[in-house]
Amino acid sequence: MVLEFRRQGIYCPAGDFFIDPWRPVDRALITHGHADHARDGMKRYLATEAAAPVMRHRLGQIDLETTPYGHETRIGDAKVSFHPAGHVPGSAQIRVEVAGEVWVVSGDYKTVDDGFSEAFEPVPCHAFITECTFGLPAFSWTPQQQVTDEIHAWWAKNQAEGRFSVLGAYALGKAQRILASLDASMGPILTHGAIENTNAVLRAQGLSLPDTIHVTPDTNAKDYPGALVLATPGGMGGPWMRRFPGASTAFASGWMALRGVRRRRSADRGFVMSDHADWEGLNTAIKATGAERIFVTHGYTSVFSRWLTEQGFDAGIVETEFEGENLDPAADEVVE
Amino acid sequence: MKAFATLFTSLDQTTKTNAKVAALAQYFRTAPDDDKLWTIALLSGRRPKRGVTTTLLREWAAERAGIPLWLFEECYPIVGDLSETIALVLPPAQQQSERSLTDWLSIVRDFGKHDVAVKKQQVLDAWDSLPAVERFLFNKLITGGLRIGVSQKLMTRALAQAIEVEEATLAHRIMGDWTPDTTTFEDLILTDDPTADASKPYPFYLAYQLEDLDALGDPKDWSAEFKWDGIRGQLIIRDDQHFLWSRGEELITDRFPEFAQVPDFIENGTVFDGEILAWDFDQDSPLTFNALQKRIGRKTVPKKLLKEAPAILYAYDVLEYQGQDVRNQPYQTRRTYLSELIGSVPDTAPLRLSATLEFEDWQTLADLRDTSRDRNAEGLMLKNAQSPYLAGRKKGDWWKWKVDPLTIDAVMIYAQAGSGRRANLFTDFTFAVWNGNQLVPFAKAYSGLTDAEFRKITAWVRKNTQERFGPVRSVKPQHVFEIAFEGIQSSPRHKSGVALRFPRMSRWRHDKPISEANTLDDLKAMLETYG
Ligand SMILES: [Zn+2]
Ligand SMILES: [Zn+2]
Repeated sequence: MVLEFRRQGIYCPAGDFFIDPWRPVDRALITHGHADHARDGMKRYLATEAAAPVMRHRLGQIDLETTPYGHETRIGDAKVSFHPAGHVPGSAQIRVEVAGEVWVVSGDYKTVDDGFSEAFEPVPCHAFITECTFGLPAFSWTPQQQVTDEIHAWWAKNQAEGRFSVLGAYALGKAQRILASLDASMGPILTHGAIENTNAVLRAQGLSLPDTIHVTPDTNAKDYPGALVLATPGGMGGPWMRRFPGASTAFASGWMALRGVRRRRSADRGFVMSDHADWEGLNTAIKATGAERIFVTHGYTSVFSRWLTEQGFDAGIVETEFEGENLDPAADEVVE
Repeated sequence: MKAFATLFTSLDQTTKTNAKVAALAQYFRTAPDDDKLWTIALLSGRRPKRGVTTTLLREWAAERAGIPLWLFEECYPIVGDLSETIALVLPPAQQQSERSLTDWLSIVRDFGKHDVAVKKQQVLDAWDSLPAVERFLFNKLITGGLRIGVSQKLMTRALAQAIEVEEATLAHRIMGDWTPDTTTFEDLILTDDPTADASKPYPFYLAYQLEDLDALGDPKDWSAEFKWDGIRGQLIIRDDQHFLWSRGEELITDRFPEFAQVPDFIENGTVFDGEILAWDFDQDSPLTFNALQKRIGRKTVPKKLLKEAPAILYAYDVLEYQGQDVRNQPYQTRRTYLSELIGSVPDTAPLRLSATLEFEDWQTLADLRDTSRDRNAEGLMLKNAQSPYLAGRKKGDWWKWKVDPLTIDAVMIYAQAGSGRRANLFTDFTFAVWNGNQLVPFAKAYSGLTDAEFRKITAWVRKNTQERFGPVRSVKPQHVFEIAFEGIQSSPRHKSGVALRFPRMSRWRHDKPISEANTLDDLKAMLETYG
């Protein structure tokens, strides 16, 4: 086997390294900087150049080697390269080749080009280890332009009513994707600290984001009438929100496709926007690899592998320690 | 249907009552009359008969979506709603339809007249011509489960604003035995004709649980009676006919044939409010709720059951007297009318006057309340002697002062995901007590915890699942919950031999190890005392 599934995570015996391990190991190849993929405590890390700044920001002093997309590195008897996954800036699928057999670990990915992250590229392989966070036919994403129009319309309506617009989104990826798509001429854009820190890291690596104002304890919300405020889902529930009395609230997440979840978050609005592939996206991506063996992980694994088996694939499940957790959007800060 | 979908979306996008009322009022100002009438019908629980089974809908949806049925079924519990699941899995609509809400509803209403092939074509055409929200609503109209977070009361308030008719007047006009096929918006809503429908009930006045006895002031201003555990009912005698309504605004006249004799004793133009109870005529006292339960849900009643569990109305108020609406007269005046009406009927009639309790001070009353459980009563009702009969749930004049629930500490052993709003949380749990070193399940409960607690237990269940049986998971016995309930009765159908009334989780006993949970013997002792 090119890759094996061990207690610590996905392992390559030919190169003696792990991919996105969840326990401390000597050598870790990391698909992207989200907390459920890039963990503390590895001796050495390898990631893309574009993922590195965020990883350093989140993990502090680590021994991190970087590689450009598409560049082949030899590790032991394995040939390794990173390819865009379209999930967040710097996110990668990891291709591992041993003795002519190619396996690809998808990490988190989406197939639509969000105009901000490096666009997803299918990588031909024999075996494909794919996430399936939204691996049910009930998930079908609204086109990005339509969601952007919805957000603008909501913002404009709130401005007309003299209210703030507080939009909850994950601090890494989703928040910046939204920022990059906003019409900044509509009014001031304020940000929660966790988002602003990530903005700073991404701006420093040359990504273009509109100007934002960091909300600090000294910020007087009244100075920014009609503002759109980007907040973390955590920040929205807490006392931080008190400085924006009467605000209209919204969340941007793939889970917002479900009315039950939308209502449970008890925000005024839910915008359907995900950095993961929807049902169509997953199926298209899998076909595009040409792989016959598919391993599914992260999400509706048993349903999705049964479906793939019926479609003629040799499909299996990779158990992770965090299976199913993403069912509960209250915890999705860690699973994006 | 577009306007109705827009209304639904605005209602769905806010949790604020004022915004909901404003959106509804706006709709009532602009929608055509027949759509308005249907909207009133839907929001007051009047729906067309279901003409297509959900089994067929599932099959058609899976077929149209190009997925196997099992995959559709896997989506359903995660989405938490059948209509929504269908709307989500289908491919985007290829056509556009300008049909109105009323048009769609007449299609839905007429399903019963067609064979399956025609129905299927109509449903597929609808799915293919409606955008997401309208498609979801169409499915809701077929399955009859449309709930849009607006009570009848809010709807009435919005309508009152839109057409400038008083809310209480409208509330009364909307009640009764009508469907959009038997009336028009003009006749039902805009025309003032009190005799239009002899069966029309008044909105029920609902009491809150008492919070603060001291705030009630002088005991002399209050009247008290025992609160019996039955079915809240309104008995109407008009035009030599009688009509019986349940609190859920369901006409249940046919289920309780014993009331047919009431017009022989009670004059026309009388409306009673009271509790329907199963009655022991020998002892002249109520039977347990258990006896009445056999009558609930039965559309026809076998003779034997009529004998075993005869029903009476335990009347505590009169809303219409000598053909006049007397709801604005003081409670004590209405009680005078009530005693006079009931005082003259024979003992064999299915009517009893709710006895008021004598008390000089609150302590006497509290002592009486403590005897409730022994009498099979739920507690007390307190009513202000000067109060009018209000509509809906209002604080101030009527209070229920129930006895504290019974409680038992139990171990959680199974968990099941909720539905709808809670589809992604584990909310339904099975609890067990010790029998020796075995845990015996005895109750299911699904309410009583906060959302935060539900999230916490959900995360725990995911990590501590032992086995899966379809949607049910057995979990590691580790958590103890205090289960509160209103009553206990023996039940040979249950493994524990008991069944509880209204069990709910009243407290998460983080402080208790499972070894300290209660035992089956404790439950049996409770059954002995309160069963
Ligand atoms: Zn991620
Ligand atoms: Zn992830």
